[in-house]
Parts: sequence; C-alpha cells; structure tokens
Amino acid sequence: MTDAVEIRNAVKRYGNVTALHGVSLTIRDNEFFTLLGPSGCGKTTLLRMIAGFEDVTEGEIRLFGQNIANLEPNHRPVNTVFQHYALFPHMSVIDNVAFGLKMQKVAQDARRKRAAEMLEMVHLSAFADRLPAQLSGGQQQRVALARALAPSPKVLLLDEPLSALDLKLRQAMRVELKQLQEDTGITFIFVTHDQEEALTMSDRIAVMSAGHVQQIGTAQEIYEAPVNRFVADFIGETNLLPVEVLSVRDGRAEVTLPGGHRLQVAAAGQGIGKHHLSIRPERMALTEAGDLQAVVDRVVYLGTDRQVIARLEDGTPLHLRLQNSDRVAVPAPGTRVGLAVEAGAARLLAD
Amino acid sequence: MALRNVRHYPGFLAMTVACLVILYAPLLVVMAYSFNDSTSITNWGGVSLRWYADVFTGPEAPRFKAAAWNSLTIAVIAATSATAIATAAALAMLRAGGFKGRSLTYALINLPLMVPEIVIAVASLIFFSMVGLTPGYLTILIAHITFCIPFAYLPIAARLQGIDGSFEQAARDLYASRAQSFFLILLPLMMPGVVSGYLLAFIISLDDFIITNFVKGAGMETLPTAIYGSVKQGIKPNIMAISTLMLGVSILFVTLSYLINRKGQKSL
Amino acid sequence: MAGPGSNHAPGPGSWRGILVPLLLPTWAMIGIFLLLPVLLMAVYSFLTKEFRGGVEWEFSLAAYDQFFLNRGLFGDEPPTVEWTYITVFARSIAQAAGATALCLLIGFPTAWFIATRPASSRGIWLFLITVPYWVNLLIRTVSLRFLIRENGPLNDALMGVGLISEPLQIINTNLAVQLGLFYSYLPFMVLPIYAAVERYSFAYSEAAADLYANRWVTLREIVLPIVRPGIVAGCILVFIPSLGAFLAPNLLGGAKNFMIGSLIEEQFKKSLGNWPFGAAVSMILMTLVLIVLFVQARAATRQEVR
Repeated sequence: MTDAVEIRNAVKRYGNVTALHGVSLTIRDNEFFTLLGPSGCGKTTLLRMIAGFEDVTEGEIRLFGQNIANLEPNHRPVNTVFQHYALFPHMSVIDNVAFGLKMQKVAQDARRKRAAEMLEMVHLSAFADRLPAQLSGGQQQRVALARALAPSPKVLLLDEPLSALDLKLRQAMRVELKQLQEDTGITFIFVTHDQEEALTMSDRIAVMSAGHVQQIGTAQEIYEAPVNRFVADFIGETNLLPVEVLSVRDGRAEVTLPGGHRLQVAAAGQGIGKHHLSIRPERMALTEAGDLQAVVDRVVYLGTDRQVIARLEDGTPLHLRLQNSDRVAVPAPGTRVGLAVEAGAARLLAD
Repeated sequence: MALRNVRHYPGFLAMTVACLVILYAPLLVVMAYSFNDSTSITNWGGVSLRWYADVFTGPEAPRFKAAAWNSLTIAVIAATSATAIATAAALAMLRAGGFKGRSLTYALINLPLMVPEIVIAVASLIFFSMVGLTPGYLTILIAHITFCIPFAYLPIAARLQGIDGSFEQAARDLYASRAQSFFLILLPLMMPGVVSGYLLAFIISLDDFIITNFVKGAGMETLPTAIYGSVKQGIKPNIMAISTLMLGVSILFVTLSYLINRKGQKSL
Repeated sequence: MAGPGSNHAPGPGSWRGILVPLLLPTWAMIGIFLLLPVLLMAVYSFLTKEFRGGVEWEFSLAAYDQFFLNRGLFGDEPPTVEWTYITVFARSIAQAAGATALCLLIGFPTAWFIATRPASSRGIWLFLITVPYWVNLLIRTVSLRFLIRENGPLNDALMGVGLISEPLQIINTNLAVQLGLFYSYLPFMVLPIYAAVERYSFAYSEAAADLYANRWVTLREIVLPIVRPGIVAGCILVFIPSLGAFLAPNLLGGAKNFMIGSLIEEQFKKSLGNWPFGAAVSMILMTLVLIVLFVQARAATRQEVR
C-alpha cells in the first residue's frame, strides 16, 4: 500500500530565516496523523506546504507516490479545514459545502445531493440555508469539515480546528473527528499545540520543535519512550535527572544518578558521558530502601492524586504522583523516603 | 506558481502603474512646458524661467497679483474661521455626551459635502442677491468659510476621538478651570488635528472655482477664476507657470499635513 | 469621520455647559449660508423670471414647464415633451456612468494592488495616488486639456514614436470628458475599495483555492461579493459629483458635450439669465442625487437584514 504522504527532506526558508530544517516523514493511508508542537515549531508551515500555500524551498512532497511540490493548490486532491474556518460569509451553508464540487464541475443535482449528504453526516441538515454568521462556533467548524470532505479528498488537512472552541465542545469534537476519520477512511493530518488532543486522537504523532521533527510514534511510544529532553518535557510531566553514563553493554547502560546511586537502564544508542534520564512521576513508588533516597519538601493535594515534591541528597528536585487511595501511605514533609523506579520507567535520553 | 499567493493577480500591477501614469502625466507635462523657452506652446525651445518672470512682471502680472492676493487672504481668513468653528463643533459633538439634536448637527456639518458644488454655488448666488449683498470679497469669504467647515472638522474630530477623556478629568481634578484644561491640556494634544484641519481648509479655499465663480461678481478675481478666464482665451505659457506654482504650493501643504498627522499618531 | 456615539467625556459641568456657544457658529454659518440658500433656491424655482435677469415674486411653474415641455412657438398647440434638457440630463447620466465605469476598471486593480502591499509601503502608495487630487481641479483639468489637444504633447509623442500618422482627436469627445471626470474623482473610487480589501480576510481566497477555484473564479465568486460595499461606496462617490460637474465638460467637452453643470451655469450669466430655470434645473439635479442615495441606502439596509 503506497503511503498517503511522503515528505523527503523538506526545507523552508524565508530570507535568512529557516522555518523547516530538512523534515522527513511518511504518513500512511487511512491514518490519523498529528503534527504536534509549540507555536513557531513549523507544524503549520509544513501543513501549508502540503496544501500548496507555501513553496517548498528544498525537498519533495509526495502524495500517493506523486510529487506535488510544484502543483497549484487548486490542483491537489487535498482539502483543508482552516483554523478560523473561512466559511464564505455571503453564501449559505449548503452553497459553502457544495463549493468544491462546483469548482470540480459536478452537475448541480449531484452537487446538491452530495452536499446534503455531508451536512447530514455532521448533523447540520437543518441549517442548510442559513448564513455562516448565524451559526455558533461549533456549528461553523462542522460546516468547514463538511465543506472540506465533500470533494472526497485523498487527504484532509486540519489546521488547529478545535482551538477556537470551549473545553466541553472541544472534547466532544475530538471524539467526533476520530469517528469521522474511521468512518470515511480518509487520511487526516491534524495540527495542534495541545498534547492532550494529540494523545487522545492520533494513530501516530510527529513532535516538532524549531523546524525539526523530534520524534514520531504512537501516543504510547512518545509518552513512555521519549527520545530527548524536548519530547520528554513537552508531553506530560517528567523528572529530568542529569546522569553520567559509565558503560554501555548489550543494550544496557550503567548510569550514575546525582547523589551517587547507580542504576541499570535500557540504552538506545547513547554513548558514555553526560545525558539525562526521564522518569515519569507516576512511575515511582515509596519504599524502604529503593534506588534513590530523598527528603520530602511538600505534599500537594490534587483530588485524584497527591503530588509529592522532594529533593535528592544533592538537592536535585524530584516529584512523584501518588494515587489518592487508602492503600498508599502519604509521607509527611521533612521525612526521608526511598524511591523505587519501576523497571523500564527510567528512559535514557539522547541529550 | 503564484497561485499559492492568493494576493497576486496578473495585470494589477500594470493597471496601478498605468493609473499613476495617467494621474501624473498631465501635471508633469505642464511642469515641463512651464520651463519652455519658446513663445508657442507647441514647440520646445529650451529651458528657461521666462514665464515665471512673466507671471510676476509681465503685462498680466498685476491682474494675477491681485487675484493671488485675494485668494491668499481669503484662504487665510476662511481657514482660520472654519478651523475655529470646527474645533468648537468637534468639542460639542465628541465631548458633551449625547444631546438632543446631535444627529441633526452631525447632518448639518456634513451638508456641504452632500450637496453638489454647483447647487451650492447657485443657492449662494440666489441668497446673496435676495439679501442684497453685492457680490464681491465678502460674499466669497462667507461662502468659503461655510463649505470649509466640514473639511476642517474631519481631521480635528478624528484626532479628538483618539484622545482619552481622562486627561481633562485629571486636569479638572487638579483644580484647573475649563478654559485652563482646554488651553493647557486638550488643545496641545489636539494640535496635529487642528493644524491638519487648517491646512485642509486652506487648500480647499485656495482651490475653489465653481462656487467662487458664481458669487464673485464682476471685477473680482481669485487665482482659479483668473486662470479660468485666461484659459478660455487659449492656453498661454504663463498659465503653465502659474499652474506649476500652484501645484507646488498644493503639494507642499498636503505633504505638510500628512507629515504632521503621521507625527501626531506617534505621540498618542 | 467621527460620528455620533463616540468618545463621550466627563459628565455635566464640562463641555456640556457651553454646548450652545460651541455649536452656534456652526449652526449659524451652515444654517444661514447653506441650508437657507438651498431652500430659497427651491422657492426661486417656482417664481417668474424677470426680463432683465433676476426674479419677480410671482408663483409660476414656468421654469419646470420649460424644462419638460415644449409649448411650441405660439402656445396654442398641445404641449409635447421638450427633449433638449432631458437629453442634457441623459447625457450627463451617461457620462457620469462612463466615468464611474472607467474609475472602477482602473481603480479596483489599483486599490487591490495597494492593499496587498506590505503594510509599511501602503501609506506611500496611497500618498502617491492622492497627491494629484490635491492639485487644484482647474489646473488638473487644464493640464489634461493641454496634454490631449490636437497639437498637444500626447499626439506629438504618439506620432513621434510612429504609433499614429495623424493626430488623434480626443479633445471635445465623450472620452475626453470621461477622462476628465476620471481624473477628478479617481481617489474617491480607490480609497473605499482599498478600505474594504484591507478588511478582507485572505483565508477566504485560500479556502476557495483549496476547493479547486482558480484565481479569477475566486475573484468573481468570493472576493467581489465580500468587497461589494466598498465598490458601491466608491461608485456613488464618483457618480454623484460627476453628474453636476462643470469644469471637465466645459474645458474638455466643447459644445457637443453640454452637461448639467454648463446648463446651470448658463442661466446665471447676466444677460441671458433665467434664474428660476437655473434654480429648477438645480432642484432636478438635487432630486436625482437624492434618488441615487436613497436607492443605495435601501439596498444597503436590505443586505444587512439578509
């Protein structure tokens, strides 16, 4: 099966500013793929390059095997849901949805029928003859979706479509979008800065920062096996401990933690020298001895959890998440505790 | 490839250039010919300032000088009066809250802009005739002040609108009288708008032809009416010299107004 | 222009107290020297013409009668429609329409182009477009006349380059008048369209392209409907002054292009004067202007209700 989108070494420069430094990735057919990163990381630039609104300075963009980098946007079988929807204000909802079909010279009857079907799919049939200004934000977003899907694109691009909605609506739309992708089987490329969105909706995620792709993987891979400090820190919460790798053998590394403790962790190609270790706060437990010794500073009550803020012997800060349940003892501030790190939970990072 | 730039339309740059060419060509041509050494306007005889000299010292010079003097003095008086009146009006419209008749006043201020110039000209002539005022300097002046008011009002009101009311409140809070808070606080802040309005009114008055032509009566000339009269007899080279001079004055004033406005924007 | 409902200030005791003195000069000047004269003019249109020019205070519909009807030489034939003056109005409307079309054709691309320049240079472009406007209209019209005369520089240049062999007779034609009107009022077309395009969100154009429209279809289907209020404003601002224009037809059109402005002016030259008639023609012009404004206002509000 040909990949839906293949990006080979895409570079984007504006004058002396480089927005994308040689990005390469493949997106499979029928996949919900997310580009995740903070503002300015280049994710929107990449999306717009696929849509055709930015020139490709260097590199290739292939759509089902065909290089589209030189195609005009209106010649690419790719459609976009814009961040602020861009619904044509002077056209009714149904005319908006039918617009792409009209441009493709579909006959009027067929157009109307298809547009009506799309509106039905997003549950907005009753609003067919209204103007966009008469719809709520959530409704406008669904019209934008219907409009982009009506011409049966090979790939659907979504540019932070949920960012203008309030929380409850956003959460509901996440489920709807995921369902829509599964029902239609169209490849979705989704851009967001919200990691919760990315984790809940995506088949695979590309984490980006400063024009580079940091890591590509499923939600689980990215969360549990971050490759560098950026990914470990950007996704969820973590403890970043500076460590020294003493030796590496058979895919296992021996590292020295601050305070002198030694730990055996899985190695992923790192050499000896200074690195960081990422340990998720929920993957540690309080114990008698443990891999680490720490002093508790504070315990913060968070409802579902308790956050234990502690310090290692040499002062390195650390925090744990303890689930709020009768089975878990809550340490008092000032007590010395031992911390056990779950096997495999300590990830050695590349940097 | 440029479709990805949705702002670009082929041919629009060419149109814009054509537009500018059409706008500037006649002016540049007149300017060029004003330096023409030949007495015939059709042949080019070399560069010379003779027509400028002719304007000031030639046979028609006294007539043009008188006309210029009239134009200038009328413009100064009309601009000053219109600016003062417009400033007062702006203060009332923008600083007195809502009052009965506010919309009507707004319509009244805009009235000179809504009525076609020729209709204003006719109406003014009829009025002065009925009232018994002999057409002359005074009638021109009255008409000018009247139609300059909205032109002065525009920049003044725009400027005043951008000035927060808290400055005057602070002044009054610190025991300033209304007059003091105006002259020491508000007016200095309004100044760019006031100056802009003055310059605008000045140019409008200086340039006016139709209304002036109707209400001036015989024997009175302003610069535009004098030029018109001369042109009716055929375009002579000294006309181009005068035109170029007036052109220069207009551009100078407008540039000044623009720069003052720009500088004013930065200070607020 | 700062309209009603703007920055209202500190409460009573501030400017409100001297409201009347502040507004009296404005009311006086515009009320007495503009509003009153216009009303007086309306009255004059219903008076009788005095033999030496001026009027007699006797009610008469003679002025309007003269405009619309032809009572023949002896007055006992049934009146027929007098086409002379109606033709003048029709011609003026046609010329004004032509000038408006010219302004739109050249003004729209210009306004679009300027609005799509980087923000820093837009001011300069606008400045360049408006500077000629601030030159005295008389001088501008005279310059144009000089340029397009039969033995003027334009013809000289065209013949010199070899494009034409005989001078073009542009002056004293419809085109000359429309060029003159175009020259007089172009910025009035460009500025409202520029303002509308500046407010336009280019995401709409991108969405249209994304949905397979080429740029000209996008212009027709998406841009123009959204930018329409600016275009309408521009057309009104060019059309109305063009109707009553005097200088362009007078200096560029010659005898064949007699328009409303010249017709009115003629009535007030001392010896041939017919003041009531001049007043009547002015009233008819005002009515025409009001009709245009009214229709446009109605269309605008109807669009908003939609």
